Amino acid sequence: MAEAAAVAGESLGGGRARAARTVLGQVVLPGEELLLPEQEDADGPGGAGEQPLRLNAGARSRVRVVCGPGLRRCGDRLLVTKCGRLRHKEPSSGSGGGVYWVDSQQKRYVPVKGDHVIGIVTAKSGDTFKVDVGGSEPASLSYLAFEGATKRNRPNVQVGDLIYGQFVVANKDMEPEMVCIDSCGRANGMGVIGQDGLLFKVTLGLIRKLLAPDCEILQEVGKLYPLEIVFGMNGRIWVKAKTIQQTLILANILEACEHMTTEQRKQIFSRLAES
Amino acid sequence: MAAERKTKLSKNLLRMKFMQRGLDSETKKQLEEEEKKIISEEHWYLDLPELKEKESFIIEEQSFLLCEDLLYGRMSFRGFNPEVEKLMLQMNAKNKAEEVEDETVELDVSDEEMARRYETLVGTIGKKFAKKRDRANYEEDENGDIKPMKAMKMFLKPQD
Repeated sequence: MAEAAAVAGESLGGGRARAARTVLGQVVLPGEELLLPEQEDADGPGGAGEQPLRLNAGARSRVRVVCGPGLRRCGDRLLVTKCGRLRHKEPSSGSGGGVYWVDSQQKRYVPVKGDHVIGIVTAKSGDTFKVDVGGSEPASLSYLAFEGATKRNRPNVQVGDLIYGQFVVANKDMEPEMVCIDSCGRANGMGVIGQDGLLFKVTLGLIRKLLAPDCEILQEVGKLYPLEIVFGMNGRIWVKAKTIQQTLILANILEACEHMTTEQRKQIFSRLAES
Repeated sequence: MAAERKTKLSKNLLRMKFMQRGLDSETKKQLEEEEKKIISEEHWYLDLPELKEKESFIIEEQSFLLCEDLLYGRMSFRGFNPEVEKLMLQMNAKNKAEEVEDETVELDVSDEEMARRYETLVGTIGKKFAKKRDRANYEEDENGDIKPMKAMKMFLKPQD
């Protein structure tokens, strides 16, 4: 916390935009402006001494940069809108300057296009279902948006069912719409989630942490007993195991592992493995 | 009635949704390109260099999918749900952009055997429903294979 306070004091007092490169991995606060790498040479006094003079100093280098969640475009610079750590990812395909984003934590979900979420069907109105995804309004899901669904062959969806789908329309001006098929018309695991199991809510940051490619928690959980998990990017997790007790243990572990250190987690897993 | 001539399906029929499901991605791309060519010639566009200068090169995206490589959201461990485990392998391989080998589906009966069966099957079932007059068409060859049916006798209009 002292680190954050010092940083805040510096930026408020200075008012000068900092280079995004120097701030990677550090805490940033809303209102800060960040310079992209090409603009440092033009704006900053230091660093230009060793570089040769460019003949066309006015022309910009036109590298496409993507600003992700927590950042906004402000002229030529990036404006921070959420507090968290600044992250950067190099482009894999080589066309563009990479992605910058702010790694923040929140519990409230805002629908984003392309996200896979777990929703609860709350109403059937004509040809569409109203699905509660935890956002400001329920998303609409057409009954034709299931694999192999036609006007005659309706999907078997009741009020209260759990649905795993993705958003096709999600912006601040329109009601969010979701579907349970991909662009080729195949389900790919989306649709109604089966019977039994337990649905619970966690923070959005935990979901991203658990879905990271090198997550140790999931590997350890998978060794305990046969189970099935579905993660929704809206902070909802659905788990199912053979008995109710195992399901509850699993739910408790996943909720608690956000605040545990690695050693505590390993202790708990070893105790579970014994019993 | 083993039809020897393949019925050619019209382009409109091929464009219908139920015919598109079985197509490869390549044929789909070709169809799309053909449609795009038709559109692009009539497509209007602005030719203003000043507007292009003002175009910013920073793109705003609110999705975390671009930022972090996240795994697929459905998971199953230790064989609880075999379909989901198959899906996991499929989707995570796609994410890592490895070469997805065209999985040759293990067949119980090979394609050649199926073709041979159908060849004879059509004849035997056809014989069952053929009337007495038509049964003459189903003469057996030396090998025992059933010969294809002769042309049906139709009314021939007398020429003047």
